[in-house]
Amino acid sequence: MSTAANTNGTTPAAAAKPNPAAAVATWADERLGIATATKKQIRKVFPDHWSFMLGEIALWSFVILLLTGVFLTLWFKPSMGEVVYNGSYDQLRGIPMSEAYESTLHISFDVRAGLLMRQMHHWAAMLFIAAMLVHMMRVFLTGAFRKPRELNWVIGGVLILLGILEGFAGYSLPDDLLSGTGLRIADGLVKATPVLGSYMSFFMFGGEFPGDVIIPRLYIAHVLLIPGLLLALIAAHMLLLVYHKHTQWPGPGRTEENVVGYPMMPVYAAKAGGFFFIVFGTVALMGGLMTINPVWRFGPYNPSEVTAGSQPDWYMGIAEGLLRIMPGWETHIFGITLSWNIFLPGQVAPIALLMVVLAYPFIEQWVTGDKREHHLLQRPRNAPTRTAFLAAMISVYGLLWAAGGNDILATQFHLDLNTITYFMRGAIFVIPPLVFILTKRWCISLQRHDNDMLLHGYESGVIMRDAVGGYSEKHLPLSPDHAYTLTARERDEVYAGISGPDANGVPAKKLKLDGLRAKASQAWFATNVQKPTVEELEEGHHHAELEHEHDAPLEGHAADGHQFDGRHDVADESLRPSH
Amino acid sequence: MSAHDDHTPAVIEEPIANPGLPEHLPRPTDVDEAAAKRAERQVATLFGLSSVFAVLFCVAYFTLNIGDDPTVFLGLGASTVGLGACLGAALMCIGIGAIQWSRKLMSDHEIVEYRHPAASSEEDRAEAVASLMTGIEDSGIGRRPLVRNSLLGAMGFLGLPAIVALRDLGPLPGDKLAHTVWKKGMQVVQDVDGARIKPSDMEVGQLVNAEPAVFFPEGDQEAEYEGTALLQAKAKAAVILVRMNPDDLRNKRSANWGVEGILCFSKICTHVGCPISLWEQQTHHLLCPCHQSTFDLADAGKVVFGPAGRHLPQLPLAVDEEGYLIATSDFHEPVGPSYWERG
Repeated sequence: MSTAANTNGTTPAAAAKPNPAAAVATWADERLGIATATKKQIRKVFPDHWSFMLGEIALWSFVILLLTGVFLTLWFKPSMGEVVYNGSYDQLRGIPMSEAYESTLHISFDVRAGLLMRQMHHWAAMLFIAAMLVHMMRVFLTGAFRKPRELNWVIGGVLILLGILEGFAGYSLPDDLLSGTGLRIADGLVKATPVLGSYMSFFMFGGEFPGDVIIPRLYIAHVLLIPGLLLALIAAHMLLLVYHKHTQWPGPGRTEENVVGYPMMPVYAAKAGGFFFIVFGTVALMGGLMTINPVWRFGPYNPSEVTAGSQPDWYMGIAEGLLRIMPGWETHIFGITLSWNIFLPGQVAPIALLMVVLAYPFIEQWVTGDKREHHLLQRPRNAPTRTAFLAAMISVYGLLWAAGGNDILATQFHLDLNTITYFMRGAIFVIPPLVFILTKRWCISLQRHDNDMLLHGYESGVIMRDAVGGYSEKHLPLSPDHAYTLTARERDEVYAGISGPDANGVPAKKLKLDGLRAKASQAWFATNVQKPTVEELEEGHHHAELEHEHDAPLEGHAADGHQFDGRHDVADESLRPSH
Repeated sequence: MSAHDDHTPAVIEEPIANPGLPEHLPRPTDVDEAAAKRAERQVATLFGLSSVFAVLFCVAYFTLNIGDDPTVFLGLGASTVGLGACLGAALMCIGIGAIQWSRKLMSDHEIVEYRHPAASSEEDRAEAVASLMTGIEDSGIGRRPLVRNSLLGAMGFLGLPAIVALRDLGPLPGDKLAHTVWKKGMQVVQDVDGARIKPSDMEVGQLVNAEPAVFFPEGDQEAEYEGTALLQAKAKAAVILVRMNPDDLRNKRSANWGVEGILCFSKICTHVGCPISLWEQQTHHLLCPCHQSTFDLADAGKVVFGPAGRHLPQLPLAVDEEGYLIATSDFHEPVGPSYWERG
């Protein structure tokens, strides 16, 4: 019988006397029926954990992007028409440039708070994508993507993709030398598309690169098309969050059937609302105090110029790294050119990566065969294969990121550029499997440690010397709440596959697939450590009791091992009895 | 796995039973009125400070200059720093105040809400399916395949206008990518000022960024390429001139295309089109700053390192009667990034 709380402990406060707010609410309800729609939501429960804040950072960054972005549109001119700069920035005066670049300089130097807003916009964009990625890692590591939340995971994956595209479009708008170089690379990527490459490039740029339409086209994508999609998908993401209710960590009173935490109104309204202002304030301080993308230093775009050490924004780093370490493979056959060196890293790899990300919940579900709903989170150590997979993916990301800055690494650390690149070409295949194995063993080791604590208690740090002079460390039992929390996970089942009489009459193809599933399940779960059974726990407690008896004569003395756990006060006791 | 087929969530009650929600422990502000008052003052002070910073933002807006030197103060303009600091502080004070309020003064009793399965109830499902079937039945879409199929066809054909209407996004490439503005007799000039170049102007080991003379109209002459057209032409026609010791040149045909060891190569990388200009004098290597493709200019622009798949195209050079460097033809192959029909 569960002793989890099963009543909602608080009752809504009844208004003592009619007030103006009630009058407004009545007026609105008579037209909108908001009472029915919101009665359950006003005190909706949200569980508390620091990691649930990561998605919130992404959400609030998006709001900041909308606000600062609207400010920028009031002055920005998305045009490639040529003008001669005549603004405040001395070093560029008299130089022909596009209106886009000219208006960016105008915002930076001649509109008060313009540079602040531009920098806040850019910093918020960085934060938006970073927070989405970290939020995704949190969801992945804790298994929060499991049924019924698979579709929300897919929406999240699409949001990250759109966020990156949106970021690239925005990065390209100022039409400075750096962003123009980014577009030039994008043009190269597009041209490498089999069959259609040059047509796609001409349609995209309205003719030959750079043309005069790409900035206005990217502008409308950046301020309307992609933000509209982002907004719609964020709304869907949040609605599903409300419908599914938030996941929670296991613990005393927390079950798969309830959600324990603080109410939306007032606690979460204050916390999440306050957090919006903290994110906003942080971005304002960053925008005011930290330079980002100083386009005036790069000059206007010129297709025959580039600066050494050109780097894209950080979130493009892995694509850049892939492009850099790819060997120069190109096939020339039957009068056509196949640019594997661009097509594979620039088009196939990102799509493949996205597919793996989007498909993961379904792959894992196929392996486990688990069709139940899951609302309690898993600790990363209790899903060693999944955690190790993410760690390996992070190592891929890190390596590609480093590869994307191979020239910076070479100049900063006085290394040989070519050696770094050759190293990366091998490391990308060698290091991730090592990271996978290491992380998996690490998780399993942590699982063993949990079991040790459950069976033998935690290490108190108190060293005991027995009568014959042997030393041992005193272990003390976990608190019941802690012990429950550690065991509040399911036992993994290794799927054995259809065999014996059951296999009769099953089509060979299905049987083969089933065998694959059994193998995957074996690889996934076989080495995991399962939590102790009731018998094992009793055995462990029995052992602890024996030990306790052994230590009994010491009970109440200063050296009984309880000095540090507060069971009795030792302030007036000396460690050795006085003679 | 049969136990998993009923789709209901797991109950995890072994080996230890769920001990239930822990007892609520009061905070200092719950039991000590003075502590609560103190917290109230803290929150109000933070909100008050926010108002002060908001006013300071306005003061900074009107008093601090912005202008042409963005590095005058802390590496940024005084205005940007002042506005950012005031706005940031004003927002932070509201945020910290609100969170302090929620943590210290709002109830911290955890409350419990029950979950419901994401799926609808069986009755709802049955009703929805029945309604849907009634609707489908009513439409007769199953009984009248002619209507259904012709509608599907119509929807499919609607895709055509959607695609065709986008045709004018850009012109067809034709053979535009295969040609540049270079032609027989066009002078190779400095890219900065359009100055003409004599072989004797260049020392061994020197690299000069160059462009076709047509980009630099002489005197009052009407410019042939301006604005977008100029950028498009430049994106293909930019070149570099390098002078090497003729004895170092390993490719005979490539050497023959030069003048006294001066060779002219496309500046546009054959990888994804960045302009290349990092020149290693000793090794005769040219390195692309974007993705580090490296070309050996002493060996006809061969790729010696990096992701590029093709050598750098070379422009054949000669000198005109006045002794200035000229091209003897356009590039003999397309310059810049690869594309399908490039060959």
